[in-house]
Amino acid sequence: MKILVCISHVPDTTSKINFVDNDTKFDTNGVQFVINPNDEFGLTRAMWFKEKQGATVDIVTVGGKDTEPTIRKCLAIGADTAYRVDTEPLDGFQVAKELAKVAKDGEYDLVIAGRESIDYNGGMVPGMLAKLIGANFINTCVSLDIEGETATAVREMDGGKETIKTSLPLVIGGQKGLVEESDLKIPNMRGIMMARKKPLNIIEPLSSKTHTEAKSFRKPEPKGEVTLIDADNLDELIDLLHNEAKAI
Amino acid sequence: MSILVYTESENGKLKKAAYEVASYAKGIADLMGTSVTAVTVNAENVEELSQYGVDKVLKVSSDKLSKFNADAYAEVITQAAKKEDSKVVVISQSANAKYMAPLLAVDLEAGYVSNAVKLPTLDEGFNVERTAFTNKAFSMTSISTDIKVLGLSNNSYGLKENESSLTQEEFFPELTDENFGITVESVDKNKDKVSIADAEVVISAGRGMKGPENWGMIEELAGVLNAATACSKPVSDMGWRPHGEHVGQTGKPVATNLYIAIGISGAIQHLAGISASKNKVVINTDPEAPFFKAADYGIVGDAFEVVPQLIEKLKEFKANNS
Ligand SMILES: Cc1cc2nc3c(=O)[nH]c(=O)nc-3n(C[C@H](O)[C@H](O)[C@H](O)COP(=O)(O)OP(=O)(O)OC[C@H]3O[C@@H](n4cnc5c(N)ncnc54)[C@H](O)[C@@H]3O)c2cc1C
Repeated sequence: MKILVCISHVPDTTSKINFVDNDTKFDTNGVQFVINPNDEFGLTRAMWFKEKQGATVDIVTVGGKDTEPTIRKCLAIGADTAYRVDTEPLDGFQVAKELAKVAKDGEYDLVIAGRESIDYNGGMVPGMLAKLIGANFINTCVSLDIEGETATAVREMDGGKETIKTSLPLVIGGQKGLVEESDLKIPNMRGIMMARKKPLNIIEPLSSKTHTEAKSFRKPEPKGEVTLIDADNLDELIDLLHNEAKAI
Repeated sequence: MSILVYTESENGKLKKAAYEVASYAKGIADLMGTSVTAVTVNAENVEELSQYGVDKVLKVSSDKLSKFNADAYAEVITQAAKKEDSKVVVISQSANAKYMAPLLAVDLEAGYVSNAVKLPTLDEGFNVERTAFTNKAFSMTSISTDIKVLGLSNNSYGLKENESSLTQEEFFPELTDENFGITVESVDKNKDKVSIADAEVVISAGRGMKGPENWGMIEELAGVLNAATACSKPVSDMGWRPHGEHVGQTGKPVATNLYIAIGISGAIQHLAGISASKNKVVINTDPEAPFFKAADYGIVGDAFEVVPQLIEKLKEFKANNS
């Protein structure tokens, strides 16, 4: 089985979010970048298929040279080959199109992406990619098993879960649950050494065709002070929630 | 040309979010000087949509669509959009809608903006504000395609009454085997529990609860307020609660009217997921817990003492106010 894992390079979850150039660009100053958490679960599940079922695992990122430390980390975790489509990601559609080309050319059986990236939260790349390559698609996937050409997956939905059967080729939008948090792989020394020798292929982008453009950003209004209520005066809390907040 | 809105239902009944997306679609229709058409799948009573500005309902009834199927549903909406010559398609941001949206966008060659929180502005192109960086910021995003798909964040626009006279029409989309590439084998829904996505109130608890055996009072509090229960990430990682309850940056986003956080410190990743909630209450023993900076109302106190009392007081309050 050939697996492609799509990796998004995102600000660490603790990052302070600021903007520059008249609030038109994300301020990367002092920001640590990491593998998108949803993708990290997918990558670890892919490594499981590699170890248990002899799959090959490639990874792909759409982005500039600055994404290479994240890519190297994926190789150190155990991916076999990496591809970087050399263009700035501008919108979900453009990214999906670039990924679709790589997925098609490589004739992958399974493409794993994250449910959403934690920076722009578009939540559209995996689905668009699936549609563009004509593969089946399962979103918010929290469990995935593959036997031959058949995939059995569990998807999270509002207020529950459902079990799905489908066939390859398949694209999933993965998330926490695909593997246990404690099973997430951390690169070890040997992995890091080996990663240096693994191929990182740079691919020319197809086009920069986009459908949307993030024109400007703003931060939420600063929040007012908390109203502290004495633990012995819960009537006051109920009164405030009822009369002031109109929440109960 | 009309604005098309997909109004979701469950067991034949339209969901609350359906009225919110209808309200939002009506807002857009007013800006663009056009009407609103809703498309429903296996919904029985659709009359109430007329309260929220819907002019026409395309009713799809099909056994094949009795279980949600993203590709088939996207095809239904695509065909409805073509029939109505809709340039704007509005959907909710339920898990199902989010699953379907990218497929729909490719089918319609449409630009898709998810997590929209406001009506679009039309003076310089088509721009709509959405949340980004997991609620740590907003982004004004323009859509350049002829057809546009907008996903409205739950509870961000609210219900707006707008009476219209409604016409209903049966609609028969053509679906092929290709639209059914996946088969839903079984659905496991927490029937008697309110889901986080649909809830008006969410009661969430963290590691301060010490262990899963202490969740009884959280469930009870949720019961009194007809709320959904949720938790912080370590709680679900340790298996105290199901993964589906974990809220935050890597879990579920919560945009409710009331969010009560009990024994949760308020780490940045947790707060990101709940910042869109309107009223936040924190109960924590530690007055320095970061959650106090993000909350509207706070109680410094031991959950094991405060929560049982709060349950009793709320029961009383409910009894006097129902
Ligand atoms: C990549 C990444 C992603 C993450 N994503 C998320 C996410 O999506 N959601 C999330 O929640 N976390 C997330 N986290 C984890 C986050 O950083 C925190 O570790 C987590 O939110 C802490 O959970 P907690 O508040 O329940 O536990 P703790 O930090 O241990 O806090 C427990 C709190 O309970 C209080 N307490 C103790 N006893 C009592 C009592 N008797 N009564 C009242 N209060 C009491 C304590 O004062 C303390 O404030 C993420 C972390 C990383 C690295």
